[in-house]
Amino acid sequence: MIDAVAGWLGPAEWQAVRLSLRVGLVATLASLPLGILTAYALARWRFPGRQLLNGIVHLPLILPPVVTGYLLLIAFGRRGSLGPLLESLGIVLSFRWTGAALAAAVMAFPLMVRAIRLSIEAVDPRLEAAAATLGASPPWVFLTVTLPLMLPGIIAGTILAFAKAIGEFGATITFVSNIPGETQTMPSAIYAALQVPGGEVAAGRLVVVAVVLAMAALLLSELIARRAARRVGGA
Amino acid sequence: MSLQVGLSHRFGGFALDVAFDAPAGLTVLFGPSGSGKTTVVNAVAGLLRADRARIAVDGRLLDDSASGLHLPPHRRRVGYVFQEGRLFPHLSVRRNLLFGRWFAPRGAAGPDLDRVVEMLDIGPLLARRPGALSGGERSRVAIGRALLAAPRLILADEPLAALDAARKAEILPYFERLRDHAAVPILYVSHAVPEVARLATTVVALRAGRVAAVGPPAAVLGDAAVAGGDTASVLAARVEAHEGDGLTRLRTAGGAVLVAGIDAPPGAALRLRVAARDVILSRARPEGLSALTILSGSIAAITPDDGPTVQVVLAMGDDRLTARITRRSLAQLDLAPGQPCHAIVKSVAVAPGDLGRGAQPGP
Repeated sequence: MIDAVAGWLGPAEWQAVRLSLRVGLVATLASLPLGILTAYALARWRFPGRQLLNGIVHLPLILPPVVTGYLLLIAFGRRGSLGPLLESLGIVLSFRWTGAALAAAVMAFPLMVRAIRLSIEAVDPRLEAAAATLGASPPWVFLTVTLPLMLPGIIAGTILAFAKAIGEFGATITFVSNIPGETQTMPSAIYAALQVPGGEVAAGRLVVVAVVLAMAALLLSELIARRAARRVGGA
Repeated sequence: MSLQVGLSHRFGGFALDVAFDAPAGLTVLFGPSGSGKTTVVNAVAGLLRADRARIAVDGRLLDDSASGLHLPPHRRRVGYVFQEGRLFPHLSVRRNLLFGRWFAPRGAAGPDLDRVVEMLDIGPLLARRPGALSGGERSRVAIGRALLAAPRLILADEPLAALDAARKAEILPYFERLRDHAAVPILYVSHAVPEVARLATTVVALRAGRVAAVGPPAAVLGDAAVAGGDTASVLAARVEAHEGDGLTRLRTAGGAVLVAGIDAPPGAALRLRVAARDVILSRARPEGLSALTILSGSIAAITPDDGPTVQVVLAMGDDRLTARITRRSLAQLDLAPGQPCHAIVKSVAVAPGDLGRGAQPGP
């Protein structure tokens, strides 16, 4: 089936789809631990600057994506403030697919954190207290009670973030441009195809793929969340 | 095998100051809602850090504020049976039961799974999840889970309160077995006289954050001041004036109280008894009511009853006024501890028969 899709799409478009999937996967998995930590901190900890952190996390949701992309360029570009430092460590982000993954991760982060945070807030702290009286130290309470109970939210947040990441356009094209084979993700490829006379057919095929992927992600997250809720609900 | 507790703690206008020893057997912490029972148990479990505490099980200190010792809950080895069970919804009954076993030190003396399962008759439930259990089944699993953690002390916070009468009768015998066979002391919170009479080897009666009486159940339950019927509040009052229309104005910490004329000179100290069911709460100071007595204070505690009602305790100076209202009213008024609140005391409730000579020295 994958071969059939690849054949129907043509090599350049198939490359864009694969790149988008890779960027989405790396962006989501790499940001997941930080997403859980941030959501936990926002939901449970009271510390100075909590509202500021909340604001920064949500900023990419509100800012024009081109602004987020430009800020990433300033920070992580070749001549950016952190770029040279990272480059000396062998990490180059600008105009590379890794930069696309960073842009996608930043843009998808608020969605991930929101979903996970909601699930943490739904965990009954009295169950955690019960686990403590049974001898579980705080890390064990987190691993054996909190984490399993927030799993539906983690899964929903991850899938949502993945769907957002494979479709990210504005910040990506601003930060890492639109280089076929390196940073030309699916949305960039659609955009590029539409700039060329007669490119509507190629764009249309990619649009179909984008719609199918987004729908699949939504349905999957619904399905998994419902299953997990049933498991946790105990019936 | 014994538990020593000495605690003092202040929160939201409520002061708790208790000291008692719980010998082997089952000690019931007995008292009306809002008397501080759950606070004591939570402090023993380590879930609450009291302002000052000295708590020891078999001579091993769990809390000693003099030396700054406060063991975290997971290092106390207490088996806590919660009122709502608090079973882990994502684990099967078997894994719930064995949860504490996993964290208990190797070789800890505790009952094995088979024995506990047999004692509590929960064999057929092992593969199920808590969501599929009835209230009574859940209670039994909660008892088993606490036992299997090989605790040095068992705590039970009104474990029957959420159950109907039939389920209560079903669970009581298990606590009797526990009392007679468990080698560790049990501290059991209750406000129900029948439970106390049936289970207790020792009763510690609490009232408004203090120990009112300690002793065997017969002695403590016979004390009407401790066991007395419906919840009521006692307010300190002083005669202010005799009004022209035959009423007497009394002064309390929460405001003026008007009662039918009484034969006492201005300045005399009195106590008023107000039944909790005769108090109406209002967030705004009400107007246009026929009731004459409107006191004001702030909410110190809200504790649920068995049924559809809750008891709301108002702090007025050093006095506490308890009102029994429905859960629905509580939700509609959106009451929460710390809020200012007005109490309309139906004047008929403050009858002369409820007045007794107070012994407090005047201000």
